[in-house]
Amino acid sequence: MSDNKQKKDALPRVGFYVCHCGTNIAGTIDVAEVQKYVSGLPGVAVSRDYKYMCSDPGQELIARDIKEHKLERLVVAACSPNLHEETFRKAAAKGGLNPFYFQMVNIREHASWVHTDKKAATEKAKDLARAAVARVQHHRSLDKKRVPVDPNVLVVGGGIAGIHAALTLANAGKKVTLVEREATIGGHMALFDKTFPTLDCAACILTPKMSAVKSHPNITLWTYSEVEKVEGYVGNYKVTVKRKPRFVKEDLCVGCMECIDACVFKEAKFRDKFNQGLGKRKPVYIDFPQATPKVVLVDPETCIQLKTGKCKKSCAAACDRNAFDFDQKEELKELQVGAIVLATGFKTYDAGRDPNYGYGRYPGVFTALEIERLVNASGPTSGEVVLRDGRRPKAVGIIHCVGSRDEKSNKWCSRVCCMYSLKLAHLIKEHSGAEVYNFYIDMRAPGKAYEEFYDKLLGEGVHFIRGRVSEVSDWAMTPDEEGKLVLRVEDTLAGFVRRVPVDMVVLSTGLEPQTDAQEVRRRFNIGCGTEGFFQERHPKLAPVNTFTDGIYIAGACQAPRDIPDTVAQAGAAAAEALSLIDAGFVELEPNTSHVLEEECCGCKSCVPLCPYSAITFDETKKKAVINEVLCKGCGVCAAACPSGSIVQNLFDDEEIFSEIKGVLSK
Amino acid sequence: MTEKFEPKIVAFFCNWCTYTAADLAGVSRLKYAPNVRVIRVMCSGRVDPQFVLEAFARGADGVLLGGCHPGDCHYAEGNYKTLRRMRMLERMLRGMGIHDGRFRLEWISGAEGDKVRTVVNDMTEKVRALGPLDLPGKFKEWDKEMEELETQVNSGPAKGEAVHAR
Repeated sequence: MSDNKQKKDALPRVGFYVCHCGTNIAGTIDVAEVQKYVSGLPGVAVSRDYKYMCSDPGQELIARDIKEHKLERLVVAACSPNLHEETFRKAAAKGGLNPFYFQMVNIREHASWVHTDKKAATEKAKDLARAAVARVQHHRSLDKKRVPVDPNVLVVGGGIAGIHAALTLANAGKKVTLVEREATIGGHMALFDKTFPTLDCAACILTPKMSAVKSHPNITLWTYSEVEKVEGYVGNYKVTVKRKPRFVKEDLCVGCMECIDACVFKEAKFRDKFNQGLGKRKPVYIDFPQATPKVVLVDPETCIQLKTGKCKKSCAAACDRNAFDFDQKEELKELQVGAIVLATGFKTYDAGRDPNYGYGRYPGVFTALEIERLVNASGPTSGEVVLRDGRRPKAVGIIHCVGSRDEKSNKWCSRVCCMYSLKLAHLIKEHSGAEVYNFYIDMRAPGKAYEEFYDKLLGEGVHFIRGRVSEVSDWAMTPDEEGKLVLRVEDTLAGFVRRVPVDMVVLSTGLEPQTDAQEVRRRFNIGCGTEGFFQERHPKLAPVNTFTDGIYIAGACQAPRDIPDTVAQAGAAAAEALSLIDAGFVELEPNTSHVLEEECCGCKSCVPLCPYSAITFDETKKKAVINEVLCKGCGVCAAACPSGSIVQNLFDDEEIFSEIKGVLSK
Repeated sequence: MTEKFEPKIVAFFCNWCTYTAADLAGVSRLKYAPNVRVIRVMCSGRVDPQFVLEAFARGADGVLLGGCHPGDCHYAEGNYKTLRRMRMLERMLRGMGIHDGRFRLEWISGAEGDKVRTVVNDMTEKVRALGPLDLPGKFKEWDKEMEELETQVNSGPAKGEAVHAR
């Protein structure tokens, strides 16, 4: 089957090029030997090694050789095809060769970088090169298929990343749908009082952008909604969005909040999630005064009408716009978009997972996010820093790296905690006059004006103790520790163990992937790294792209990052989406499958296998038919066809069989 | 045998997960055994069981198949089809005397560069312990036996007939 049908003398003329990649390849693999070996293989007309094949002169060399030596096939042994396949296809095209008469051999990522035995690595390179030379002779001339790109964009997540991406795209004239799971956009940034290192008010810089989203003619804002299903491919995604019922008609409510006053519950008595449980709310509520959209919602878990159907509905009566609708149902909406920006953000580490810090056990222990709400003028205490019993703390200890840089929980540095701890230290001192102690492992302040901010805090008299706190306890050893929380820490600069009594402990919790990050990335068909954050296409050169074309990521869903970096990344994701849309079309890899009609026996084995329903059965001809527009080129059908009558372009049976034979025949 | 036996392993890696993971292993400069030759396919579901048989027939001592974790397939469900086919193939291989461990199916995600290293090293060691499979050599032996039989049959009919006639 794999034997070449063509006669020896009729073999296409192959040009072979092996790249040194400086010393990246040549340091481990004897490229001269590979070059010499391949020059003796059947069909090889030209064999060369060159310092940098991907450089302009390298590509020129290929183009010139194709013309001068009448090359009909091209093989380049260099890095991963994921990096430079496109480069060399273009070089082939420049020389007048169909770009798919090309095969790449990965001898850097798969050989020189992973092996130390030079002889064995060189042998491996020779084997792989031989296989490619054998394979490329079976390649056929192919064309890329062009499909139009839908100009509309979906942005998922309404934190600062999603907001910025949506606005950038909308300002460029694209129609954007912004989907947010919570009842308001704003994300974590809406919880903050001030932002580091400039200490400008978070709301003052965020809320204008939130209103801009709401009022932008090109943005459709769907809050309290979640993406249910994503189908299609780059440029042509069909997205199903679930809109949860608010029991209030969004287009009628003006956010006057009369209904909240009128609720049969005179006192707010339910946990206020937005305020991290430090405040209370009623069953009908709005998260915060600048919530966008400024529309109330009813919580079905606590509302008497929704739970029992027996309430006098004083809220609805108070609404002069008749916005209440207790029969509202969940709605499924469909969207057609060309590109998707995922900005689903992060969650903070659950402080209860470190029992020795006493969160949930000692009322004096808070998470940093709770303190954000306490120092916030629109928070539950109107900006008063007080303990849960209302007392003002005289001493506050801030523990860094809770759930970060820890073998037992998360190994990564969460990047923002040092800086927000400094910010909170400043704000706590400003709001309460307390003595503030920072317990840190290393102070990480690498950003514009960050180190200067640290210096400023040192000057303000905030105490810094270098060491990881081992425990927080209420066990007093001396009279001045009575009634206090005592932090035990090895001061690694002074070289002894300290006991520091405080009234309030702040745990600077790290950043983690969202709880449902795995489900979300499956829904969008992208990957996650081992730590659970969304995986970018390339850590350096494609940080907002994913392995699925047309889907981009921005903000802390990709890795922990601060606001400036998040906004920069959101802009980058928007720009990537724009460059896709404004091209107007995408070129799809021609690796689709087709049926050789005369050979198809009509067994229908392939029909149910296709996950995209691209295969149908022509009842009159009794043959399977593949719709190449729907085919995504996985090749599952080709592998299953008993008569071998399905051909997958670029991964044809003949091509793969010759590659198998090639790597093994010596 | 003075020279240490170096197993030849052919691997089929899916483009989206395992091939990417092998790229990642490279970028991370992890070091592993140089015995594996990777053939890239778009999806592990493209791997026809015949590819595996062909590899053994051409002299591979082991065949490794790498795909995305269940639920993570870039093409929704190609890896489930792989799993079904390969379970069947494993049985067949066992029937043919190709031991467990010579054929291996692994789920390696694009983030698991380190798993590429451990799997390749582990498989290389195990196949090394099993020794050469050398199907091409065996085919030659069998061909020779067949030839001998044939010559016996061809040269002996007179004798045979004589015996039979008596």
